[in-house]
Amino acid sequence: MSTWIRACRADDIETEDVISVTLNSRIYAIYRSPEDDFFATDGLCTHEKVHLADGLVMGHVIECPKHNGRFDYRSGAGLCAPITERLRTYPAKVEHDDVLIDLGD
Amino acid sequence: MVGSVVIVGAGEAGARTAVALRELGFAGPVTLIGDEPLEPYERPPLSKATLAAAEPAPTIVRSRQQLASTGIDFVAGVAVRSIDRDDQSVRCDDGREVRYQRLVLATGARPRALSVPGEEHAHVLRTFADALALGPQLGGHRRLVVIGAGFIGLEVAAVASAQGCSVVVLESARRVMARAVPSPIAELVADRHRMAGVEIRCSVTVTAIEVSDGGGRVVVLGDGSTLDCDAVVAGVGAVPNTELAYAAGLRIDNGIAVDARLRTDDPAIFAIGDCCSFPHPLFGGRRLRLEAWRNAIDQGAHVARAVVGGDKAFLSVPWFWSDQYELTLQIAGIPDVAVDEIQRTSHNGAVIRFGLDGEQRIVSASGIGIGTTAAKDIRIAEMLIAAGAHPDPAALADAGASLKLLLKEHT
Repeated sequence: MSTWIRACRADDIETEDVISVTLNSRIYAIYRSPEDDFFATDGLCTHEKVHLADGLVMGHVIECPKHNGRFDYRSGAGLCAPITERLRTYPAKVEHDDVLIDLGD
Repeated sequence: MVGSVVIVGAGEAGARTAVALRELGFAGPVTLIGDEPLEPYERPPLSKATLAAAEPAPTIVRSRQQLASTGIDFVAGVAVRSIDRDDQSVRCDDGREVRYQRLVLATGARPRALSVPGEEHAHVLRTFADALALGPQLGGHRRLVVIGAGFIGLEVAAVASAQGCSVVVLESARRVMARAVPSPIAELVADRHRMAGVEIRCSVTVTAIEVSDGGGRVVVLGDGSTLDCDAVVAGVGAVPNTELAYAAGLRIDNGIAVDARLRTDDPAIFAIGDCCSFPHPLFGGRRLRLEAWRNAIDQGAHVARAVVGGDKAFLSVPWFWSDQYELTLQIAGIPDVAVDEIQRTSHNGAVIRFGLDGEQRIVSASGIGIGTTAAKDIRIAEMLIAAGAHPDPAALADAGASLKLLLKEHT
């Protein structure tokens, strides 16, 4: 089942950057890619629960601000040590300048 | 084609080497020998979360099962006693001999001794066992004396004070973190400790540690005064474990001396992590020895590539971090190479000091902020350092100027 929920405004995020949002007391990271597409993942790193939105976005990669683990934020795939667990991703879309993400069930 | 690899030391660097070898498709025998009983674990939490945990558990890098499933022969609780370079084998304290075609020394470092009478009455912090012994000492209302205001000492002080201990930190230098951190950043950290009620005394020496009649500790200072407390922790630096390499005739120079590819004078033997010193091309070939988590990971990955035939120099920019209270300190590059510093205060409150050398090239960035608020800027600075960039100092100082844009101009 889809549960689309408004996360932020599109222009809250710069191109090739990320922000943190809290929805239903859970933290998510919302990304804007170099192509101005939007993506969403869990907000905390799977390694040591660090806030990913403090990290650097390079292309389609988010790097953990503390231990430099990297994920492809489109797929959630971990790309290097110390990451061993993939990052959960959520569908994202833009409607009327609002970024919506699908939290599922 | 290299046949077999033996790795001495199963800390972060050694374990990463073994894992990276398999990730690179190396199919030969890999033996990972560690003298601690545990599976390879991460050391950074030992001076942070582990100390405060009600039921401390090590953060495992790779479990025995994971290592076994990739064909890595993990030997725990066994020390290597000697290297026979002619025979290309190592001999262990349980009598076993293991032959190698490539040997990776990742023997780490050990806490520097205080070298004062009664030093055995002070805790040190290097292993999970050390953290297990120290943790219960940090309960409420106990009095703790920390000797040494480096990363380890100050992290312990922060945890102890948050747990309700009264803490005195003694430092022989004139300020805290004098070796590694620019003064203005170090002062912000010292201020935060004072705010928590930690007393920091600089320019003092310890001459002895005694046991009082009640079972407490008495720290005797250079001026003859004494400090009564319940426990003492010494964090006065680390000494590289070079004895094995030295006995095998390998060159030692503040650590096992390796070249820029992390190879010792013996082409079959490499050294990585806290135990080695290596010349860094980014800093004029200056020989560095880094006691750092990320360096251990990066050198583990690098040496694995070298073992399977890579011949690139190790070029990673040195990078450290420290957590104290709600603050995270991050340092990229080598601050003491800088002759000039530029400060940037970000909109989120993070403070960064960029270090420039005589040619205005960026050589370091030290940042502090709540949580990881300085991290993005430090990471970009790290890439500027790696690129040998000469960024406009005015742009570095201007929190409104995008560092990411600066980076794109320089790479």
